[in-house]
Amino acid sequence: MMKRDVFQAIADPTRRTILALIALQAMTPNALAEHFNTSRQAVSKHIKILAECELVQQKQIGREIYYQLEVTKMKEIDNWLAQFKTLWEDRFSQLDQVLFNLNPNENEK
Amino acid sequence: MKSSLLMDFSVDKVKNQIKVKREFAAPLTKVWAAWTQKELLDQWWAPKPWKARTKLRDFTVGGYWLYAMVGPEGEEHWARADFKSIEELKGFSLTDAFCDSDGKLNTEFPRTDWSITFSEGTAVTTVDIILTYAKLEDLEQIISFGFKEGFTMALENLDALLAH
Repeated sequence: MMKRDVFQAIADPTRRTILALIALQAMTPNALAEHFNTSRQAVSKHIKILAECELVQQKQIGREIYYQLEVTKMKEIDNWLAQFKTLWEDRFSQLDQVLFNLNPNENEK
Repeated sequence: MKSSLLMDFSVDKVKNQIKVKREFAAPLTKVWAAWTQKELLDQWWAPKPWKARTKLRDFTVGGYWLYAMVGPEGEEHWARADFKSIEELKGFSLTDAFCDSDGKLNTEFPRTDWSITFSEGTAVTTVDIILTYAKLEDLEQIISFGFKEGFTMALENLDALLAH
């Protein structure tokens, strides 16, 4: 199976809401479904995608299955975005240097 | 000097925006020049070890900037930025794209809208950049395109993406 990507997971508003909900506490599929107007089936489909992306962990407590947020995986998203940040930081320190080297008498344009 | 300069970086996953704010220790006219004159842009636009090389720059509404990101091995990645609006010394907006050396668009990659605004404060000039992606998947595509090939390739592609 082709592994899904975390960005695919967070691209959907329903899945973002699910992630926000289970970030607060582990929830059962039924409890989760109550937050949405769509069918339970639709909600479980979203959960399945989140599970495939390893953003959600399943935990069995008694008879119930609970879903909880896989925090490490969420960090992956932040790490990727951190690359952007580093890129900008590097670029801007070069710009600092360019500005520093500009002759102050020549900056009137 | 650098450590005292503010830099903000935030991601709005709902609006599909990346926002970057940065202060520069120079007057507005200088900062504007560094962002708009090709000789200066070529000096800083590409993060090391890449270099930006401008082929054509028509800084007018409807005009565009065509340039290559040149890697350490001489490899070239062409990109262009189409200018949508320009307000002298205040800001400009553009849409970026990957392309070939003649500026022909590579439509396999999503385009990003850029808005860049300048404001002069006491001893610093602040630049605000807002990148807007059509879809969050676009951001994913652009990022993952690079990451599959490893870190160096990733930087190269991010460079090309963010370079406009």
